[in-house]
Amino acid sequence: MVPLWMFLTAAAGLFAIGAYGVLSRRNAVAILMSVELMLNAVNINLVAFWRFQTPMDMSGQAFAAFVFVVAAAEAAVGLAIIISVYRGRRSVTVDDVDLLRW
Amino acid sequence: MDVNFNDLDFLPWLIPVGPLLAFLIITLLTNRSQLVPATDSHEYGGHHPDYDGMMVPVVTPWSRVASIVVGMAGASAAFLISWTVFFRTVGIDQFGKDDKVYGSALDWMATGVTHFRMGVLVDPLTTVLLFMVPLAVMCIFIYSIGYMAHDPRQARFFSLISLFAGAMLTLVVADNLLLLFVGWEVMGVCSYMLIGFWYEKESAYNAAIKAFTVTRVADVIMLLGIAYLYFMTGTLSFREILYNPDVLDMLANTDAIIFGGFGFSAAGLIGILLITGTIGKSAQFPFHVWLPDAMEGPTPVSAMIHAAAMVSAGVYAIIRMYPLFEAGGHPHEGDLTSPLMLMTIVGGFTALFAATIAVAQRDVKRVLAYSTISQLGFMMAALGIGAYIAAFFHLITHAFFKALLFMAAGSVIHAMEHGEHHVHEHHHGHDHDHDHAPETPAIGDEAGAHPPAEETAALDDPGQHPGKHDEPHFDPQDMFNMGGLKDRIPVTWLTFLAGGLSLAGFPLITAGFWSKDEILADAWYILSDYGSGAHGYVFFMLAIAAFLTAFYTSRQLCLTFLGEPRTEEAAHAGLGGSRDIISITMQLPLVILAFFAIFAGFVGVPPEFPIFGAILSPDVNPFFEFTKYSLLVEIQPAKPPFNWIPVLTSFGVALGGLWLGYVMYGRKPLKAGEEDPLKKMMSPAIYTTLENKYYIDELYQLVFVKPSQWFSRVVVSEFVDRGVIDGFLHLVARAFTFTGDLLKVFNLWLIDGVGDGIPQGLGRFGLWFRRVQTGRIQQYLLYAAIAAVLIGVIFVVSTGLLQAAG
Amino acid sequence: MTFGDLTYEAFAFGFFTILTLGGALGVVANRNLVRGAVWLIVSLFGVAGYFVLLSAPFLAAVQVLVYIGAIGILFTFAVMLTRSMTNLNERYNQQWWIAAVTSIALFGMLVLLVILPVFGEQETAVSDVVATTADLGVALVSGDAYVLPFEVASLLLTAAMIGAIVIAREEE
Repeated sequence: MVPLWMFLTAAAGLFAIGAYGVLSRRNAVAILMSVELMLNAVNINLVAFWRFQTPMDMSGQAFAAFVFVVAAAEAAVGLAIIISVYRGRRSVTVDDVDLLRW
Repeated sequence: MDVNFNDLDFLPWLIPVGPLLAFLIITLLTNRSQLVPATDSHEYGGHHPDYDGMMVPVVTPWSRVASIVVGMAGASAAFLISWTVFFRTVGIDQFGKDDKVYGSALDWMATGVTHFRMGVLVDPLTTVLLFMVPLAVMCIFIYSIGYMAHDPRQARFFSLISLFAGAMLTLVVADNLLLLFVGWEVMGVCSYMLIGFWYEKESAYNAAIKAFTVTRVADVIMLLGIAYLYFMTGTLSFREILYNPDVLDMLANTDAIIFGGFGFSAAGLIGILLITGTIGKSAQFPFHVWLPDAMEGPTPVSAMIHAAAMVSAGVYAIIRMYPLFEAGGHPHEGDLTSPLMLMTIVGGFTALFAATIAVAQRDVKRVLAYSTISQLGFMMAALGIGAYIAAFFHLITHAFFKALLFMAAGSVIHAMEHGEHHVHEHHHGHDHDHDHAPETPAIGDEAGAHPPAEETAALDDPGQHPGKHDEPHFDPQDMFNMGGLKDRIPVTWLTFLAGGLSLAGFPLITAGFWSKDEILADAWYILSDYGSGAHGYVFFMLAIAAFLTAFYTSRQLCLTFLGEPRTEEAAHAGLGGSRDIISITMQLPLVILAFFAIFAGFVGVPPEFPIFGAILSPDVNPFFEFTKYSLLVEIQPAKPPFNWIPVLTSFGVALGGLWLGYVMYGRKPLKAGEEDPLKKMMSPAIYTTLENKYYIDELYQLVFVKPSQWFSRVVVSEFVDRGVIDGFLHLVARAFTFTGDLLKVFNLWLIDGVGDGIPQGLGRFGLWFRRVQTGRIQQYLLYAAIAAVLIGVIFVVSTGLLQAAG
Repeated sequence: MTFGDLTYEAFAFGFFTILTLGGALGVVANRNLVRGAVWLIVSLFGVAGYFVLLSAPFLAAVQVLVYIGAIGILFTFAVMLTRSMTNLNERYNQQWWIAAVTSIALFGMLVLLVILPVFGEQETAVSDVVATTADLGVALVSGDAYVLPFEVASLLLTAAMIGAIVIAREEE
């Protein structure tokens, strides 16, 4: 079977790409999409480690399930916020939301 | 130490106390003044225009009386105690020999192992002086009561003459050279204050400065002598040095520290230094210039300074220190030591020099001043040739008749001013309220004769301010303004005559004759026996000087008293003729002193003298016998045997001079406006030179005064004081201000730069740094990501994961 | 791993990797957000495939149902709702190259710290006995397992739902 490190590498790469997207996209929605990617990378890691290290114990999968939940909740709320902001400002460029500026 | 008033060892301490205490009391307590308008008559030595319209202080009447009383009390106390001492000691046989002296001393200052002792000493010298000085002082004090009766500062006058008397008496009873010097210097200060008593007058204060400065120069040299003496002997006590043959031998045989190689002994050097002090104090050439100018002071001051006290102090100091001067030589055999030689030359020269000036003077007091200088020259010359007792005798007689002459001259001047006053009243036609002060000092009488009789013609504008006259100033002291006063002021005339004849040495009946004859006898004796050139020099110089003395004396008498008044002021001169207290106090002393001027000489008659000797001194010369034990037996002066030549010389010069003067001035008395016939006799050039005192004052002015003034102005004031000292101070100030500015800059930089800079920097940094907070989340996330990467790097490096993996 | 032995598994792994990573790249690197949403769905599919390979079929199913079916659609809706200005924007912001560097650094870190220690060790799984889905169900509701987190998660979902509605509601 495919060795563990390959799964981990793939997850790491997914994570890096997601990080790049978070840090460099202008559109808020795109950023959220990149966040989802990162969360998925985490999930892959979790499950890979579960499978290779403690397949008898369900903890790994349970953890991954909870990550799902949180990711979903976060995506929902985040998008709701974006829509609300968009309504007020007519813009979803993150750079425009700089009310916390000095 | 219990106070025993019968103890002669203790009594001398009390003698100076009286006058000194009087000085303190008057100065501190009784000298009180009140302010009166200056337009009143008070003449501060002449009407002073600066005071017009002001209020000037004048002594209050009660304080005037109080000061007089205190002053007289002090002088009387000194007089009584001194005469007590005198009469107690005069009967003692061989008084003064070895240990037969009185005195006591205190440990005054610790000097290493021993103590420096100060105290009093009564030996024959002191005793005789204690007879003369308090008597003269009393007469002068009494005279001052009347003379200064209208002076606005009479109380101050009495305090000063009390101090003066106290200082003189201190000097007389001192037992060591230092105490003598103290008295000496205090008298110098008093002379300054008294000569410049009328200090508003420029000539007065200039004269005071001159007197003090000239004597000060001499005193410094004397102080060197004192210091050297102390250095050589370790003591200054008279008895220890002068009555001690070992010390005298030591001093005579040690070479002096400078010029020692020429056979100049320490005694010689000390002697010369000490004599220089006397040359200054007793106004010998070349230090004589202060004495004529000292006439600016009131007449009692002149009497005191120039007769009784100050100039006598100089001669007394020499007489006291005589053994020191004689050490190493035998003046009685014609072998003079260097100090004695100096005294002889200076004294003889001065005697003649001053006499020549005196013959050409117009001011009555100036004649007496130069006469004093001349007579002091007599005394110094006598001491120089070893005629110790003769010089001392002459000192005593001179004090009497000179004091008398000065006071009588004051009386004359007072009378003349009365006449001047009279004349003014006449001419102005209205009553003046002012009464002149007894004396307006002569102004500019030296620089050429001014016509004597102009005063009478001028008529003053009646509306003018009293006391301020447009006519040329009338000089009441000019003899050529006087004449015929013998009828107007008879008492003064008679006493003046007595004093004048004594001064001239009128044979046999005046004291001056006996003392002068003694000097000439001593000189002749040693000249004839040993052929000493010095003695011969003295004999001839003094004989000629005596001739001139008689001449100018009779000139003075004739011009002043004989003939007809030459001016209107003289015609009205007089002392008021009243018997009030003022004239009594002014005439009583004259009478007393006249008595002594005649009879004081009879204690010094040599026993071999024909007739008089047998009557007055059957066994021994009393004065000689009494005084001789002041010196060690070995160095006692020789008693010259009787010789006709000096006696005849004395007769000759005295009578000859008097007669010549009478011939020129008295037989055909001068009329008003006539010139001095002396001017025709010698050429006018010589006469003018004599009248101008050989221009010595001008010479000194050129050589000493102007360079000193230049030096003090240019070098000291401008260069040293303003240039160096101020420059240094400015430099210091500039350095400090520079440092201050530097610190200020530093401070500014430090505080403003750092203290303000740090907050400002932080502020600016904050302002700059806050731009990090862009409000953009992505940037924050980026920072977080970078931080995470960095942490990872550190972790990797620190745990060596890289190596492990690699 | 030899190529011959595990050909099918390796081939599947590679295919899913391409899906995942390619989709991810598509998400981050396209201009059109609708297409980006689609690429996201593709990537999520790839992840589901990973789950299958890792003997977690339930999670794969949940991934497809929840992530793709709900979240993916959610994103599409969001894109469409915020559409008007999106196409005109630049894709990347100013710091994109730093972001790139940082991402690569992150990847490097992960490799170094996580992957290298396990490199060459876990070739195969510990055992081939795998817990089933039933075990997962039991674990989620079992008192001495994960029932508490399960309840909290439901609470969270409820809160998120309500919150989202509240936030995104039109102001009246």
